[in-house]
Parts: sequence; structure tokens; C-alpha cells
Amino acid sequence: MRTTEIDCRDLPCPRPIIELAKALPSVEVGDQLAVVAHDPAARHDVPAWCRMRGQEYVGEERAADGAPRYVVRRVS
Amino acid sequence: MSSTSEVYLDSASSSPLHPAARDTLLAALDRGYGDPRRLHAAGRDARLLLDNARAVVAQCLGARPDEVGFAASGTDAVHRGLLGLTAATGRDGIVHGAVEHSAVLHAAAWRPSPAHRRIPVDALGHVDLAAMAAGAREAGVGAVALQAANQEVGTVQRVDDLDLPAGVPLLVDAAAAAGHAPLPRRWDALTASAHKWGGPAGVGVLVVRRGTRWTNPFPGDDGLDQLGGFPDVPAALAAAAALQAVLAEREEVAARQHALVDRIRAAAANLPDTEVVGDPVARLPHLVTFSCLYVGGDEIVSALARRGFGVASGSACTASTLEPSHVLAAMGALTHGNVRVSLGRDTTAEEVEAFCGALADEVGRIRAEAGL
Repeated sequence: MRTTEIDCRDLPCPRPIIELAKALPSVEVGDQLAVVAHDPAARHDVPAWCRMRGQEYVGEERAADGAPRYVVRRVS
Repeated sequence: MSSTSEVYLDSASSSPLHPAARDTLLAALDRGYGDPRRLHAAGRDARLLLDNARAVVAQCLGARPDEVGFAASGTDAVHRGLLGLTAATGRDGIVHGAVEHSAVLHAAAWRPSPAHRRIPVDALGHVDLAAMAAGAREAGVGAVALQAANQEVGTVQRVDDLDLPAGVPLLVDAAAAAGHAPLPRRWDALTASAHKWGGPAGVGVLVVRRGTRWTNPFPGDDGLDQLGGFPDVPAALAAAAALQAVLAEREEVAARQHALVDRIRAAAANLPDTEVVGDPVARLPHLVTFSCLYVGGDEIVSALARRGFGVASGSACTASTLEPSHVLAAMGALTHGNVRVSLGRDTTAEEVEAFCGALADEVGRIRAEAGL
């Protein structure tokens, strides 16, 4: 399983979710996408996006620099 | 008459004056200037108007006149009500729903206590009443706060089903519901805000049941008569007149608004990747919230304003704190692309149809510009 990271550190809401949606087709089903974002809305909106789009929310981690990193698994 | 041709769909933030309030306010401005504590003619006149306002508000809210006080705003009423309950019980802990108005959250934060508890909600915004009742039984809890209905998503809470232990008073924040929906019956203190029902801004209402232990938590005399100093007597009377008028027409207005909101809910749900938030049935008649994926809250509010529609948003980019709405977050709802629509008493079906059309256009345009 591979994880592709997208750097949305400096992007305001809702750009991290837009970048997530755009990146999804580039990963295989079963692989993961990790969104790194300081935007406080991303903490709520990445899980909500997964629920609305039928993808799996894996959880929140920290990037090496401490930035929040939200991990999604493509399931369809 | 408004200075613009904007269709105002933000009555839940602040409502235009009801015609009954306007007439009463203008008449009372000339008569209600005196100090109601004085024994001269002007003072007795002001006392008469103030007592009349209390009697009318009491009757409208199912209370006694001596249980009603006027505060500076709904927020001020919540602060005084909640902190006055904990001051009287001597226990600082406040148990409250996660989706209460920020006035409740701020009151709790102002008097930190290890006994504070924030009770979660389900996806429709209903507070977990069993968890709230259990939280109220913990040591150090001095008061419980549960709203009548939610100010952002409209969900009506099942307040009368809440089973609290004796000696732990309940404050019901009725700011979003008063004048719009039937109010709960079981409470010890109740707060509301006149400009949410068509009264003037600057009039909050705090009702404290006789027999409930409450004391003024802020500097000044005890009692409900002069919360925060000299009362605005004409505004209080206008608030009372508006509430009385609104309740007299409530069933007819609410039925009309309920159907119009159903229309907006259906139109929003029909948009791709759009989620309508809140209880579809047990809800306020005049208010609906939805969130559109990939759309900025500030973008859609500005776009709709350019099209002539005034709406609110709970999205982070529209908040002074740049934090998303704690209500949407607690419900697990999408926080960006959020739009709250709240109808006035005279919003028409034609205005709602035009709004639905503009909404579909603008959401589609914003998404296309984002490359989606």
C-alpha cells in the first residue's frame, strides 16, 4: 500500500478539500492520500468529505514539521 | 422600507422590526423616559410601561411577571442567568450541549471548573439527554444549559424529556425558538432575545422561576428588576408588543415558512455534493442550513449577495475567529460551503424560487472556476 502526500499547508479553506478531490483519481483503489493542512476546517471537513464521497477516513497524524496530516484511503 | 432591493434571508441573525413593535416603540419613546423607581408622574408612567412589558412577556413565555427581567441582549441574559444559577448553588460546574450558543460556552469558560461537561450531539444535532442527565449527577455541577432549538441548524431539542436530579437547575436558551416554535415547559430559567422575534435589538429576556435559587453574578443589586442598570423601557415594551403579535400569527406564519423551507431543503439536496444539515422534521419552521462541497462560505455568501439575497454562513472563512462553526463540527457536518437561510414572516414563494435558482447557478459557477 502506498501513501501519496499532498502539501496544502498554506491553502485556505476549502482548497485542501478541492486538492484532495483532484488528487483522488491519481491513486489506486486501496492506496492512501495524506492531506497536510493548517486550515482548522480540514480537521472536520476531510472526514466529512470521506463520508459524502464514500471514501475511508483513516485518521489524523502529524507531519515531520508538526503540521496536521489527515489520511484517507481510496476504497472506490 | 429597505434601502436596497435585497431579499433578506437572515432573520435568525436579526429580524426587522415587526410593525406592532414599531408602533409601540414610537409611542413609548415619548412616555417611557422616566426612572421607573421614582414616585413622580414620569417615573410612575415608566413603571407602568415596564410592568406592562413584563406582564406581556411573562404571559407569552408561560411565566409570572415577577419572574421576568430585561437584559442588554440574549447573550447578556445567558451570562447572567447561567452564572447566577451557579453562584446561587455555590457549584461552578456547568453541563451543556455541544451545540449551545457561544454565550453558554463563554459563560462556562469564564468560570473554569473541572465539573464542566460538554455533552455530544448526534448527526441531526440532538443532544444526548441520557449523557446530559448523567453529567448533571456528577459532583460540583451547579447548572445545566440546554437550548430549546439550535440557532444554526434549527433542530428542536427534546428539553421536556430531560431527567435532572433535584437541586440542579436547568437554563433553557430559547433565543432561536421564542416566537417561532412552542417552547419547553420544564425549566428553571429561560433566556431569549427580542430582535430574533421582531422586537428591537438590545433587549434580552431572563426568566427565573420563583423558588429557583439565583443571584446576580455581576456587580449591582440582586433581583431581576434592573439587570445591568437603567432599563430601556420603550424598547422593552416594543419587544413585548412584537412577541404578542408574533405569537398571535405564529401558526399561520410557521406553516407557510415550514413549507417554504421544505422547498429550499429539497432544492439544496438536489445539488450535487450538497448536504442539508439538521433534523428535517423536528426543526424550527423558518431556518435551514446546508453545506456545499468545494465551495467557500465567503464566496457563496458574497455571490448570493450580488444576486440580491442576504444569507449567513457558519464556515470558518466568514467567522472573525477563522474557526469553523462549533455546531457543524460537533455534528460531524461539512463546515465549508455552509449557507444558513432564515425566512422572515413575509418571505414569499416567488422569493424562495428565485433564491433556489440563484443558488444552483452560483454553486455550479464556483465549482467550475475551482476546476471541479
